[in-house]
Amino acid sequence: MKDFSATRLRFTLNGRAVATLVDPMLRLADLLRDHLHLTGTKIGCNAGDCGACTVLLDGCQVCACLIPAGQIAGRAVVTVEGLAEDGRLSALQAAFLRHGAAQCGICTPGMLMAAADLLAHQPHPDEAAVKDALGGVLCRCTGYRKIVEAVLDAAGGNAAAPALADADGVGARAEKSDGAAKITGSEAFGADRRPPAPFLSLRVIRSPYPHARFTLGATAALMAAHPGLVRVLTAADIPRNLFGIYPTGKDQPVLAEGYVRYRGEAVLALLGDAETLAEIAERDLPLHWEPLPPVTFADAATPEASQLHPHAPGNVLCRGRVVAGDVAQGLAAGAARAAIAITTSFVEHAYIEPEAGYARRVGDRVEIFACTQTPYMDRDELAGILGLRPDQVRVIPSAVGGGFGGKLDLSLQPLLCVAAWLTGQPVRQIYTRPESMAATTKRHPARIQAEAAADAQGRLTAFRFDGDFNTGAYASWGPTVAGRVPVHAMGPYRVPHVAAHATALYTNDPPAGAFRGFGVPQAALATEALMDQLADALGADRLDFRRENALRPGDRTATGQVLGAGAALVACLEALRPRWRALRDDAARRNEASGGPERFGVGIACMWYGIGNTGMSNPSEMVIGVTPAGRVTLFSGAVDIGQGSNTILRQIAAEALGVPAAAIDLVTGDTDLTRDAGKTSASRQTFVSGNAARLAAEALRAAILREANAAPEAGLTFRDGAIVIAHDGIETRLTPAAMVADAEGLVLRGEGRFDPPTTALDDDGQGVPYASYAFAAQIAAVAVDTALGTTRVERIVAAHEVGRAINPTLVEGQIHGGIAQGLGLALMEEYVPGRTENLHDYLIPTVGDVPPIEVILIEEADPLGPFGAKGVGEPALVATAPAIFNAIADATGVRPTTAPCTPDRLLALLHANTSKTAR
Amino acid sequence: MGLYLRPETLSDALSALAAGRYTVLSGATDHFPARVLATPAEDILDISGLAELTAIRIDAEGIWIPARATWAAVHAAGLPAFAGALVAASREIGGQQVQNAATVVGNLCNASPAADGIPPLLALDAEVELARLGARRRLPVAEFVLGNRRTARAPDELVLGLHIPRPARPARSVFEKLGARAYLVISIVMVALAAEYLPDGRIAALRAAVGACASRALRLPALEAALLGRHPDPALVTAEHLAPLHPIDDVRASAAYRHAAALTLLRRAVANLGAPEGRPS
Ligand SMILES: Cc1cc2nc3c(=O)[nH]c(=O)nc-3n(C[C@@H](O)[C@@H](O)[C@H](O)COP(=O)(O)OP(=O)(O)OC[C@H]3O[C@@H](n4cnc5c(N)ncnc54)[C@H](O)[C@@H]3O)c2cc1C
Ligand code: FES
Ligand code: FES
Repeated sequence: MKDFSATRLRFTLNGRAVATLVDPMLRLADLLRDHLHLTGTKIGCNAGDCGACTVLLDGCQVCACLIPAGQIAGRAVVTVEGLAEDGRLSALQAAFLRHGAAQCGICTPGMLMAAADLLAHQPHPDEAAVKDALGGVLCRCTGYRKIVEAVLDAAGGNAAAPALADADGVGARAEKSDGAAKITGSEAFGADRRPPAPFLSLRVIRSPYPHARFTLGATAALMAAHPGLVRVLTAADIPRNLFGIYPTGKDQPVLAEGYVRYRGEAVLALLGDAETLAEIAERDLPLHWEPLPPVTFADAATPEASQLHPHAPGNVLCRGRVVAGDVAQGLAAGAARAAIAITTSFVEHAYIEPEAGYARRVGDRVEIFACTQTPYMDRDELAGILGLRPDQVRVIPSAVGGGFGGKLDLSLQPLLCVAAWLTGQPVRQIYTRPESMAATTKRHPARIQAEAAADAQGRLTAFRFDGDFNTGAYASWGPTVAGRVPVHAMGPYRVPHVAAHATALYTNDPPAGAFRGFGVPQAALATEALMDQLADALGADRLDFRRENALRPGDRTATGQVLGAGAALVACLEALRPRWRALRDDAARRNEASGGPERFGVGIACMWYGIGNTGMSNPSEMVIGVTPAGRVTLFSGAVDIGQGSNTILRQIAAEALGVPAAAIDLVTGDTDLTRDAGKTSASRQTFVSGNAARLAAEALRAAILREANAAPEAGLTFRDGAIVIAHDGIETRLTPAAMVADAEGLVLRGEGRFDPPTTALDDDGQGVPYASYAFAAQIAAVAVDTALGTTRVERIVAAHEVGRAINPTLVEGQIHGGIAQGLGLALMEEYVPGRTENLHDYLIPTVGDVPPIEVILIEEADPLGPFGAKGVGEPALVATAPAIFNAIADATGVRPTTAPCTPDRLLALLHANTSKTAR
Repeated sequence: MGLYLRPETLSDALSALAAGRYTVLSGATDHFPARVLATPAEDILDISGLAELTAIRIDAEGIWIPARATWAAVHAAGLPAFAGALVAASREIGGQQVQNAATVVGNLCNASPAADGIPPLLALDAEVELARLGARRRLPVAEFVLGNRRTARAPDELVLGLHIPRPARPARSVFEKLGARAYLVISIVMVALAAEYLPDGRIAALRAAVGACASRALRLPALEAALLGRHPDPALVTAEHLAPLHPIDDVRASAAYRHAAALTLLRRAVANLGAPEGRPS
């Protein structure tokens, strides 16, 4: 990096005059964050693509990452920190809070500033104007709907404000417990907290080749040429250079040892000051590469393919299967039979926060502050890499700017910890956007062949599924995908004869890991296409056909599990039926009227999703207690990645304890302060940790009542440092200050542990893989421009069976966000290593791409769920892409088989179809 | 350490260019994204302080778009209908953050094959005014843009702005952009058409340009000729008119698709030229 001699700069910042000495080519975003310590302005890409850095310059929105400091001389800059008036939230901020418009909150400052520009120039905008104003800010969490509502609401009540909750317990639309921090810019994400000075920066050198051998020469010359370069870490510096998610599947080196298996694999780590590290050119590194032919998904399973891992002959990481009945017999028995082949692409999580954090050594321990979805797994894995005991590692999760599965794997943590451990100095790293995209995991591309049959009465008789999943260079969560897919492949339907197989194959692509749905969204594309094909073949209505076959309470699944109450797919379909009819009629009418190339279509898809790990223990433990000051504190190891678990766990604990949620303080994540709540994935935190929180709160309530000798129905109030217990018309007071605190500083406590009751699956996939399943059905209405192959989703109607909506606003937010990701998967998202490592070549939906979404919540209490609740995080996404694909088929008569269904792919299909019919 | 100059007068800027090699910096929206991973050593001439190159002028001759005019300024300038293509493009360049900082001239000088500004400028027959110390010259846009990120600008020259001539007859222009999502998207294909009309509504002159289908945006002379003297009719546009294009396959679309999409967009643009709301002014 080249810097420029500092010049004196005067400008106005949030209404105050600022004078500073600064490099005129410093980006305004860096000036604000690094020099003026205003970290509310976020950096998601440094390239203008995400809008997270949006600020106002002379009242107009601009990307702070694209403005050189020299250009703000004499001008006025307003950041998110300048929005609040006299310490009170602005009307816009308050509307964001009310509507649940901030999930993870990393895009929120940018959204707020873009909206502030709009409202200042156009106080009463319509929805189109709001979208135009927010079009340059990407959000990966919310699906934008609640953001648009919030802006319209702030502009004067154009959008219905949600009824403000008078209570904040279970079922209330309570404000997010961490919402205020997210809309004022005070939330600390991975890059927002600096390590104590002096600290070292870390830069990773990554492989430019997907498959290569390399040798490393002497580093002395490099060190001599760059005095600021303190140390070069190589594989030899890593105490135990192997990690991975599964205890038996550790196959990934922290730093490659002479051999790389994917483009972007870490090879060296440079330590020094940030300026020095930035100026070192890759060509000056003593690395000598010998590229090898890469193993691709197309050829990984062929006998000629190179073998990437010694433990994986045929490049097979693992296989999963579920077999029930006799599928050949079932297929033969069908009156109608259908087959489909589907391929899908790598999908990037594209959370707006690139990985960031720092580690430091404290005595014989190492502490890491970074974004993560799974602090305890990180702790144990890092201890393994460092050769330390787990209690020597402390993981302090930062606020997480989006995860979606992508922050379940270790990314920058191992090198930061090793570097801090070896040097004794704090070490910091912030991934660039291209680095984040090149280095971290993706959704598995799939190659699926599936077949199904139904009898003349429209009952499914058989389902066969064979799916290959490209797991990339390393195992990561590949085994989870291979295990989960066969269980879900046949969809939420009763099928007597099933054979479902999934294979995870190693290739020289980036590691595919966990991504919302673990392979199930890919499988559902095939399953739901088959359902339409069979319904059509039998002349049945597509909704009716699904309803006829829907799993109901008491039905036996393909794994032999008998479903309990709460399997309410039928209720979802019935809730959709009126909209299904109306939207289909509407499409038919418009098709008749349209003389042009636009065709309209409506698609439906169902899904089911097992909550928690597949046939494996996945407990959560929570502690709740009363401090001597008389406050209730919930110690939760569950990381809130924006989905709202902090809020929901507090609501559950409050309900169980019998107090308002506001009476409960939260301590979250820190592995020194909380118990292991398991990972934030598999849609498990509400169901599993929610139960643990409920049990803990019930235990605390019992302890308090015991102490006060009060009856079970007594009322609790925490007031002025006392616990007031009202029972039988009298009040008993407990004085925590006078009680003896335990080692954790609690005078009264409750603990809860919940592990969903499941069994391991046998060789045929038989057993009880999940204690609870979520069900959903979605309708997509699309308009296809058949001359350009473009698809516009006009509306989604989503009926989700959620057990109990602990907080309906947050549940809707999850569903909106999942649908936006499903839409991206269906229509635009395709990660190509080396070619789409940024947010302008890799496209995710913008505010203009997400249509109106109608959410219908079905609440059939799950007997095992906390207050009946189950998870919704992944279920939100699974049905969307299949519903869109089915809608495209409905509109055009051609069936997309490759995701994403980009304009060029769809146009090619349409042309092929016309030339076929012409012949 | 690099030099950073932010002159306040044109003559200071030109003197600097005469004396040394500078990277010209304007709205920085192409500059910074090209430097995410590494920043080359360079001296910077930041022209954002040149107040004299800010105001858009509309007069009998036509329109003057000076170097510092942003896309947002173009949108707000109330340009006459004959420049409609440029106005339409101004709302499709990135998001509003980008439109508020990015300049039309920067878009042209960056000379990306996918620059949305260039087809409208070609269709509007714009001329580029360049200056070096003591000398000025004008070049048609078609001669200024030489290829992918190559222009006819000499290192010591600054682009002062763009002249868009006012057509002699009633005229209007249209712009069609195709991308794979609603906002903030690099074009797969875009087309711009500018027509002058005879009193009976037939076309007296036409310029058609297509972007993202070759290393630079291109005019389509055969199409222009085919429409001459005719009422705007999409059926007049044929695949043969696209012969000059040679699109590539990339992550956004296949070459074959670009061809097909360009044809469709051109037909739609021609239809728009004849649409009632588009009566020439
Ligand atoms: C997120 C994002 C989205 C975008 N979307 C689009 C889009 O949809 N369509 C599109 O076409 N573009 C898009 N762009 C690019 C667009 O913003 C630029 O092309 C812009 O118009 C360039 O203007 P600038 O003032 O920012 O130029 P700068 O970045 O300052 O300069 C661009 C180039 O032009 C040169 N230059 C600038 N002015 C002069 C001058 N007066 N004389 C000589 N040389 C000069 C510079 O040296 C540099 O090489 C996008 C950019 C971003 C960041
Ligand atoms: S950080 Fe500026 S736009 Fe992404
Ligand atoms: S809330 Fe918008 S990116 Fe997370």
